[in-house]
Amino acid sequence: MNPAFAIPAFGPALPEIILAVGVLVLVLFGAFRGERSGEGMNITALALLTVAFVAVLMLPSERVETMAGSFVVDGFAKIMKALTLLGSAGGIILSMDYMRREGIYRFEYPILIVLSTIGMLMVISANDLIALYLGLELLSLSSYVIAAFDRDNLRSTEAGLKYFVLGALSSGMLLYGASLVYGFTGSVSFPVIASTLQGNVGSGVIFGLVFVSAGIAFKISAVPFHMWTPDVYEGSPTPVTAFFAAAPKMAGMAMATRVFIDAFPGITGQWQQIIVFISIASMALGSFAAIGQRNIKRLMAYSSIGNVGYALIGLAAGTPEGIQGVVIYMAIYLAMTLGSFAVILGMRRGRVMFDTIDDLSGLARTHPALAFCLAMMMFSLAGIPPLAGFFAKFYVFAAAIQANLVTLAVIGVVTSVIGAFYYLRIVKVMYFDAPGEKFERMSPGVSFVLAVSSAVVLLFWLAPAPFVNAAGAAARSLF
Amino acid sequence: MVIGLGHYLTVAAILFTLGVFGIFINRKNVIVILMSIELILLAVNINMVAFSTHMNDIVGQVFALLILTVAAAEAAIGLAILVVFFRNRGSIAVEDVNRLRG
Repeated sequence: MNPAFAIPAFGPALPEIILAVGVLVLVLFGAFRGERSGEGMNITALALLTVAFVAVLMLPSERVETMAGSFVVDGFAKIMKALTLLGSAGGIILSMDYMRREGIYRFEYPILIVLSTIGMLMVISANDLIALYLGLELLSLSSYVIAAFDRDNLRSTEAGLKYFVLGALSSGMLLYGASLVYGFTGSVSFPVIASTLQGNVGSGVIFGLVFVSAGIAFKISAVPFHMWTPDVYEGSPTPVTAFFAAAPKMAGMAMATRVFIDAFPGITGQWQQIIVFISIASMALGSFAAIGQRNIKRLMAYSSIGNVGYALIGLAAGTPEGIQGVVIYMAIYLAMTLGSFAVILGMRRGRVMFDTIDDLSGLARTHPALAFCLAMMMFSLAGIPPLAGFFAKFYVFAAAIQANLVTLAVIGVVTSVIGAFYYLRIVKVMYFDAPGEKFERMSPGVSFVLAVSSAVVLLFWLAPAPFVNAAGAAARSLF
Repeated sequence: MVIGLGHYLTVAAILFTLGVFGIFINRKNVIVILMSIELILLAVNINMVAFSTHMNDIVGQVFALLILTVAAAEAAIGLAILVVFFRNRGSIAVEDVNRLRG
């Protein structure tokens, strides 16, 4: 056999290549300049993410495979990559002022964010199990370090340790599942797996599917693999929490969609049960466990668990409408999360950051604009029309009903009513409790993120059509 | 007795279970958890190589090599995080990893 090597087409992987080359330059720059590198690193990293964003927008919308079929670009990958890059950029902008004031700024921070972003983009485009695993590990390994970034702080290092142990366990489970899928289908490539698995399949493949689902559920922090989320969210520095809640969730949902829709379309009945179960469990835990929380970062952790549950409703439907719902949900969730964390980052007096709900007391009198923005975020998370969160829930519930998952949709509506309790409690604390001392002025970067995400949340109802249509086209590109 | 695919899969399954239980039942030391993680990854590698030889398909062995590489990076990062944790806490006992509760 004489293997003829053809150089693969690198064009579809251009965003990843730009980021990879750029991050190497950043590493060199940081290594030579050391701690003197200063803000330039953050700005360069943001510029890199912007260039990659433009490159993503210029990708073709029809399905293209390259790198011997292990890398795929389609409309769905395109839109999810754009959202991921926005989330990462938000993570860097929110961190700039905070890291400097807390005295924990190191030039590695933007480098690690960009590295994990490359991992996310690779995961979104992975078309076989090897590419999926490598992308996932690039994402996870950088995330563990970012969680422990405040290395002289016990809580941050403990968050990093917990994230590492549970993350390594989950990638072990994903790998074990991948080995079984490989063994019982004879291939690691998603299209080949999909064509092998038709009709009745053996228990080996089902075992593999369950293990792969467990690994994926961990990455999107879905119940029963959510245990790390509250601890890591509480312990990590706040901008890191904002990053974790935003960008990796986009990549995780895209990965879940890609694996289940692209690799296992022949056995929808089997995985649909798993997704329905973890969706219901996440929505229930997200709304009940958050009720007793006093720490707002922990509350946001439970809120993100619940939100992943709602997004999974769309995946459970398994139809183009369902995936369209997932894309819309994740986009709006991104805006709501970044906006809420921008307000949390604004809770500071001098050297002290505040992070309990009681510290928000009377915010409406001390900072009316801030209180209004946070109240809109909370109403939107609760799903009250005409805010963006209502549309997000509307599309996933509608898709579930079309796919005959009426019970799932009803449970979703019920849990979102229960969840509204703790979102509205924050509004009550801000508007009706006795005011505390004023917080400091927000830094320009944080205000910018807050302004953009508030605009998205408040004004989405004016012109939902372009984005909804784009999400629909992206979803159809998968089928 | 011929040692076939089933035997390898059984060994791998046992190792995998040992690794998972090592993480959850272990109450002593975080280093033991790191060892359990390695055990899980090695179980996966046995699976991969066994399937690969059984099917006469090289992809499984390539996958195994990549897993080995990533496992090394993972262990390095895990130990580094453990070191910074030890500096702050003065202990690596599992029951001392308990500041974040709520």
